[in-house]
Amino acid sequence: MRNIVQKYLQRNSTKLFNRTSVFNLYKKCNFSGYKIYSDGLVHSEFSTELKTVNEVIKMPIYRILDTNGHLLDGHEAPFKDEEVLKIYKDMVEFSIWDEIFYGIQRQGRISFYIVNEGEEGLQFGMGKALSVDDHLYCQYRETGVLLSRGFTYTDILNQLFGTKYDEGKGRQMCICYTKKDLNIHTITTPLGSQLSHAAGCGYALKLKNQKAVAVTYCGDGSSSEGDFYAALNFASVRQSQTMFVCKNNLYAISTSIKDQYRGDGIAPRALALGIESIRVDGNDLFASYLATKKLRDICIQESKPVFIEFMSYRYGHHSTSDDSSLYRPKEENEAWRQEGVHPISRIFLYLKNKNLYSEKEDQEHRKSVKENVLKELKKYESVKRYNIVGGLFEDVYHEEDWNIKEQRENFEQFFKENKHNYDTSKFER
Amino acid sequence: MMRLLRNNVKNMFLKNCFLVRNTNVKCWRTDRFHNYNMWNTVENNGIRGFSSSSFEEIKKMNMFTAINSAMHNVFESNPNSVLLGEDVAFGGVFRCSLDLLKKYGNMRVFNTPLCEQGIIGFAIGLAENGFTTIAEIQFGDYIFPAFDQIVNDVAKYRYRSGSSFDVGKLTIRSTWGAVGHGGLYHSQSPEAFFAHAAGIKIIVPSDAYKAKGLLLSAINDPNPCLFFEPKILYRSSVCDVPTGPYQLELGKADVVRQGSDVTIVTWGSLVHKMKNAAEILSKKHNIECEVIDLQSIIPWDIETVQKSVEKTGRLLITHEAQLTNGFGAEIAAKIQERCFYNLHTPIKRVCGYDTPFPHVYEPFYMPDAHKVIYEVKKMMK
Repeated sequence: MRNIVQKYLQRNSTKLFNRTSVFNLYKKCNFSGYKIYSDGLVHSEFSTELKTVNEVIKMPIYRILDTNGHLLDGHEAPFKDEEVLKIYKDMVEFSIWDEIFYGIQRQGRISFYIVNEGEEGLQFGMGKALSVDDHLYCQYRETGVLLSRGFTYTDILNQLFGTKYDEGKGRQMCICYTKKDLNIHTITTPLGSQLSHAAGCGYALKLKNQKAVAVTYCGDGSSSEGDFYAALNFASVRQSQTMFVCKNNLYAISTSIKDQYRGDGIAPRALALGIESIRVDGNDLFASYLATKKLRDICIQESKPVFIEFMSYRYGHHSTSDDSSLYRPKEENEAWRQEGVHPISRIFLYLKNKNLYSEKEDQEHRKSVKENVLKELKKYESVKRYNIVGGLFEDVYHEEDWNIKEQRENFEQFFKENKHNYDTSKFER
Repeated sequence: MMRLLRNNVKNMFLKNCFLVRNTNVKCWRTDRFHNYNMWNTVENNGIRGFSSSSFEEIKKMNMFTAINSAMHNVFESNPNSVLLGEDVAFGGVFRCSLDLLKKYGNMRVFNTPLCEQGIIGFAIGLAENGFTTIAEIQFGDYIFPAFDQIVNDVAKYRYRSGSSFDVGKLTIRSTWGAVGHGGLYHSQSPEAFFAHAAGIKIIVPSDAYKAKGLLLSAINDPNPCLFFEPKILYRSSVCDVPTGPYQLELGKADVVRQGSDVTIVTWGSLVHKMKNAAEILSKKHNIECEVIDLQSIIPWDIETVQKSVEKTGRLLITHEAQLTNGFGAEIAAKIQERCFYNLHTPIKRVCGYDTPFPHVYEPFYMPDAHKVIYEVKKMMK
């Protein structure tokens, strides 16, 4: 329509303001079926005031459990007491595994690790709200979500050590988990690309009329990738059943949010693209669960994308390749570590306030978990890796082509005579 | 501004599509060698391949109608097929998706926002979750915003998951190659960039019949495929094409002309030009060239090329893409390895120069019959 008008006006430019030309325009082009100026806008009132816009809609941080472990504004816990205690113990158990995984990397027993510390609340809260039918497209710091949905420490260990039981056959760096049976899509390293995959998956779920969502994650840093805009815009236009989650932990390695964006966090971007959004205290297990549950329901019932921004803090280093004391002050970390601010201690306070748990019981639990972890580690460390030839050459294509075959045969012939020059002790033969 | 500019260029290009054809007709009429016909139908009996159904009906089609026919065949028989891309809903800027929306609806045939990385990323999500997905990139020149999605994701999806997940149901279609006046951004031949990404197949058809058969094979293949369509041939390549589905084998080259002195390997729109060059070399210089249409870049048909070079003893490779790191280099190195004792002369590559693709200098940039004739004569000395 706009093009037609422009074309007409160009043709009759000398008569632009002539009453006759306006009449002819009206006569030639019937406007009645079109909403001029309003297609593509939510609000389309006119104004004679020359005014720019420089403020954003207020997006509060949803929280129901305060830093003293008390429920706010008459809210009730979304779980029974026994369940809260169980989740708390799971969070503690996971944080111990997490810490030990970090430690064994420092010892050179695995090549790489990324800790989850500080995100236990949002991870287990989300995990509780998701179904096994939901498809997970993770970034890399969502292990608690995986564990909540059936992924096991056995699966984790097999991937970290690259054993023959690793579904990914040891081909990816540590923490790139994959589990088809649980709809855990292979984690990979390039940032942000999985967001579009989840948008397409959410559209596939829509086409299949499936009561499930594609859940996908990014950090504040990866939300700067072009794929972030692409994924959200595509999901919005096609109304995919996709739940986008941004874990805003204030840092992308050394880059703080001051160097990452100037807008009001991440959620307003989703809103600008037409996606219903919420901002949540990621250190509040209960709020994380309730928000995820509500948005999942909206996503499925209305068959459209949704967005959650979890506010949290990256307590640990970015990874075992990082020393965060080089770029952020110790006091900042200490502020976030205050009792009740940290997600685990907040739930502990809640339990303690209700006399459901004590420091003594907690210490015993931690000790018992640690002993079990160290025992399991030794076991998995000695499991063999997948065979060398299969691990190298399988799965490039659905079937082996002549080129791969030629290279595989050449390698096999070479290796027969030169095996002694390599360390094959960890591999199946 | 970028969007506006690109849209204008596209519209101008569309408008000029028929002009291209007319130009070619004009050239034909004034060409000295009036004995051969630019519009020769490719002989069907020369095609190696197989059919998945009988040829119940054959129609004259050009390349865009053949591709359209292929997609209609797929959509008709597979309710889980999807086509997405920029402007595909109204029929596409080259009309390849004509009437698909009308027949199969907006849930399966839809325009996407203007974003190539989004198109491929979204398509991955669909293909990985059970849908036969055809993603269109409007021009091969604009596939690079999706380079990360294609190289780091599409190609590695199966391998990195130990075959738990794959995007074998994905086919990426894109226009390709020179068109007379496309300048820097409507003329590129990017196949070599992707040949280095282990895990995808790459196909470039040279006529309407092959386009349909190869596209149907790509769509049915359990691996992700990159299908490049020579846009100069969309309207100019006309031949008899079955209306029903049939498949031509991927990974197989086609010997389009027999010869005993020199093997010429090429693909896409150059195939036709090289057949003409071969005719001239035969009539005027008594040199018999074997012309091979490679068709499949990854995996490529080394057996056919090797067998030919063992017979002729000479190899000339020609492609529109730039010489340095063009796919011809891979062919040359491999044939040198395998046919060292048969080669009478160094392998020659006649390709686009190592410059961006120019607008007004296109006739001088392109590897054409004259350049190939010139080089073949030198090879025979």
